[in-house]
Amino acid sequence: MLFKTRTFDEAANVLTITDLTVRLAGNPAAKPILDGISLQIREGETVCLVGESGSGKSVTSLAVMGLLPKGALEVAGGRIDLEGRNLLEFSPQAMRDMRASKISMIFQEPMTALNPVMRVGAQIEEVLDTHAKLPAREKKARVLDIMNQVHLPDVERIYRSYPHQLSGGQRQRIMIAMALILEPKLLIADEPTTALDVTTQQQILSLIAELQEKHGTAVLFITHDMGVVAEIADTVHVMQLGKLVEHAPVEELLRRPREDYTRRLLKSVPSLTPRAARPVPEGAPVISVDGLQKIYGSHGVFRKTKETLAASEVSFAIPKGRTLGIVGESGSGKSTVARCVMRLIDPTDGSIRVAEKEIAKLSRRELRPFRRHIQIVFQDPFRSLNPRWTVGRSLIEGPLNLGTDKDAAMARARELMKLVGLPDDAVDRYPHQFSGGQRQRIAIARAIAMEPDVLVADEAVSALDVSVQAQVLELLDELQAKLGIAILFITHDLRVAAQICDEVVVMQHGRVVEHDAAEKVLADPKHPYTRALIEAAPGRAWDFANFRELRTA
Amino acid sequence: MQADPQPASRMQWLFGAIALPAGWRLGAGPIVAALVLVVIVASALLAPLIVPHDPMTMDAVQRLKGPSEMYPLGTDAYGRDVLSRVVTGGRISLLIGIGAAVVSVLIGLLIGLVSGFFRTADAIIMRIMDSLMAIPSILLAIALVALNGPSIWSVMAAITIPEIPRVVRLVRSVVLSAREEPYVEAAIALGSSMPKILWQHLMPNTLAPLTVQGTYICASAILTEAILSFLGAGVSTEIPTWGNIMAEGRVYFQLKPSLIFWPGLMLSLCILSINLLGDTARDVLDPRLKKREA
Repeated sequence: MLFKTRTFDEAANVLTITDLTVRLAGNPAAKPILDGISLQIREGETVCLVGESGSGKSVTSLAVMGLLPKGALEVAGGRIDLEGRNLLEFSPQAMRDMRASKISMIFQEPMTALNPVMRVGAQIEEVLDTHAKLPAREKKARVLDIMNQVHLPDVERIYRSYPHQLSGGQRQRIMIAMALILEPKLLIADEPTTALDVTTQQQILSLIAELQEKHGTAVLFITHDMGVVAEIADTVHVMQLGKLVEHAPVEELLRRPREDYTRRLLKSVPSLTPRAARPVPEGAPVISVDGLQKIYGSHGVFRKTKETLAASEVSFAIPKGRTLGIVGESGSGKSTVARCVMRLIDPTDGSIRVAEKEIAKLSRRELRPFRRHIQIVFQDPFRSLNPRWTVGRSLIEGPLNLGTDKDAAMARARELMKLVGLPDDAVDRYPHQFSGGQRQRIAIARAIAMEPDVLVADEAVSALDVSVQAQVLELLDELQAKLGIAILFITHDLRVAAQICDEVVVMQHGRVVEHDAAEKVLADPKHPYTRALIEAAPGRAWDFANFRELRTA
Repeated sequence: MQADPQPASRMQWLFGAIALPAGWRLGAGPIVAALVLVVIVASALLAPLIVPHDPMTMDAVQRLKGPSEMYPLGTDAYGRDVLSRVVTGGRISLLIGIGAAVVSVLIGLLIGLVSGFFRTADAIIMRIMDSLMAIPSILLAIALVALNGPSIWSVMAAITIPEIPRVVRLVRSVVLSAREEPYVEAAIALGSSMPKILWQHLMPNTLAPLTVQGTYICASAILTEAILSFLGAGVSTEIPTWGNIMAEGRVYFQLKPSLIFWPGLMLSLCILSINLLGDTARDVLDPRLKKREA
C-alpha cells in the first residue's frame, strides 16, 4: 500500500481552526456540538476528517463556510483563520465574497446541489459572474477550460446540457469545476463520493488529487470511509461526538493508532478477505431462482415504449443457513432481482421457488399465505418503520396476519427485541426514539417474527456507520446460525459482501457476469468487470483491522 | 434519537407520534379566533333558549326600528328582532358549513385512498373527478333547487359535490407518495391485506392535510350558502340564515344598513376565525413549514 508521504513543514498554513466551539443557538446549557476543535491545513495538503454520523464533521465544514443554519447553531468561541484573517469576524457580505473565491465546497449529492432547470455551463458561468467581470467570450473560454480540466468528454455538448442529462460522476465533475474555477485556496469536500459507484468514486478521487497538485489547493475532505482515507489523505483527524480525538499523518494513524476510539473505528472496517468457507448443508435449496427476467416499459397502451432490460437470465439457489450476495453498481439490476424475488414487483419471466412452491406467477391474493416464507430488510432504517406506530405494533403486524393471538404475538415481540439486542420494553416506544442501527435491528426483528426461510437484505447495512454496520452484520450471522435462515444479501460494497457471503453473484447491466464461491470471486475474479470492481475498492491493499498491509496482497 | 420510554396512549395509537415541537407557542390570533368561534357556535346551538324574541314572529308596529332596550339590534321590515334572527341564522349556516366539510372529506378520503393505491381505478376515478370539478357550485345549486325545491339538503349537496374532487386530489397525492415508503412495502411483504394497508398505514398520513382542507371547505361552504340564499337559490326564505337575512335587508340597505351589517359581520367573523384556525392547524401539522420558520 502506497500512502502519501509528502511533508508540509515548509508549506504555509492556509486554514487554521483554533479552539472552535459551536453550540445550539439559545441553549448555552446544552452540550456543545463542536467542542474545542483545532486543526490546520497547509498549502497542497489533503486533510481528512473522519468520524461516524453525528460526530460533527459536517458542522465543522459549515462553520468554515459560514453556513451554519441560522437560529439553530451558533459559534460560541474560537477562531477560524484563513490566510491570517479570522473568518468569524467577517460580515455576511464579506463572507459571501470569500466563498468560491477563497473557499469552495463540493457536496455529497450532486443532483440536489445543481439547479435542475439551468444548463450546467450557465451554472459554472454564474460562479464566475459573481466574482469577476469578464467579457462573454472569455468567460465561456474559461468555463470550457475548467470543464476540460475535470476531464469531461465533449465539453461543448455538456456545456449546453441540463443536470439530469448527465451521469452521477459527470455531475460531480461539474460540481468540482464550479468549485475550482476561481482557484480557491481551500476546497472543502463533504462526502463527495459517497453517492457514487466505486469505479466512479475512484475516478473522482484521482481527479481531486490531480487538480490539487496542479493548483496547490488545500483540501479538507470529509468522509466516513476509511478506504477513501487510505487512498487520499496526507493527514487524518478523527472526530467523535464533537471532539477531535486524534490526528496524525495517514500512515502513522493507520499503522499505530493511539486512541481507543480510532482503534475501534479501524477494527470495524470490514476486511476484503472473504470469510472462511462453510460446508454446504445437505438438502434442497430453500430458494431457487431460475431464468428470472424483468423488463420495464414493455406494455404501453397507446404507444410502444422503449424496453429496459432491468434483469435477465438471473439464476441462483441458496441452501438453508447460507448467504448469497448479489454485488453490483447502481443500475446493475441487483435491487430489481430482490424486489422480484419478494414479488413487490412482478417478474416478466422465469421461476422463483420458495419453500418448494413456485411463486413467480401467483396472483397477489394467492401469494399472501406464502409471504411468511420470505421477508425483507430495507436500506433506509428511517423509512422502513411506520413512524406513527409503536415498535410493538409493527412487530406483530405480520404474526396477526397469520392469525396469531395478539397477546401471544406481543410476548413473542418482546422476546425478539431481546434476540436482536434491544430492551424488551422497546415495543412500547416509537421508531423516532431509536438510532439508525437500533431501527435496523427492529426491522430485522420484524422480518424474523414471521419465521421466514429466506431473508432478503437489500443494502441493509449501507446506510449505517461502520461500527454499527459490523454489529448488524454480526447479528445477521448469529440469527442465521440460530434459526438456519438463508440470506439473500444485496450490496454494492465488496467489503461487506466478503464478510457475510458464502457465494457471490456479480451483476452488471441486468446480467449475471460472475457467480461463484465468495473466496473465488474475491481472490481470483474471472470477469473483467469483477476485476475492475475489486481494483476500484479504496484502500484494498490495507488490512485496517490489523493495522498492517494485507498479507495476501 | 434516544428518549425516555413513553407509554402508548390510546390517542397516540390512533394518531401516532404527532407531537407539538418543544417551546411551540400559539400567537394571539388563533386563540382569539377560537374564542370567537366558540361564542358563535354556542350561541347558534343554544339559540332557541337564549334569543329574546321568536325570530319568525312579525310585528307590523315595530317595523324597521332602531336599537332599543327591547330590540338591541333593531327590527327588520316585518318587525322581527334582528338579533334573534342573526343568532338563529347561524344554525343553518354552520350546519351547512360543517356538514359540507365532513361529508366531502369523508367521501373524498375513501375515493382518494382507492384512487391513489390502485392504478387501474385511478385512471377512471380521476377523469370523473375532473368532470365534477368543471361544475360551478352556484349553477349546480340553482339547478338542484329548481328540481327539488329549496331545502337544506339541495344546498348541501350543491356545495359538497364540487368540493369532493379537491379532497380526492389531496388524498391521492399523499397516498401516491406514501405508498412508495419502505414501510408500506414491508407491510405488503408481511402479507397484510390491501384494505388493511390502506386504512392503517396510508390513511393516517392524510389526516393532517385533511384537517386543514376541512376547515377551508367549511369556510367556503358557509360563504357559498350565504351567496346562494342571497341570490334566492338557497334555503327557503322563511328560515333565517345569514344569507337570507342579508337578501331581505338589501331592499332597505340605504334606509337601514344595519340589516346587512350584523349578519355580514357574523359571517365575516366566522369565516375569518375558521380560516385562521385552519392556517394554525397547517403550521402545527406540517413539519416542513415549521422548519422554514426556524
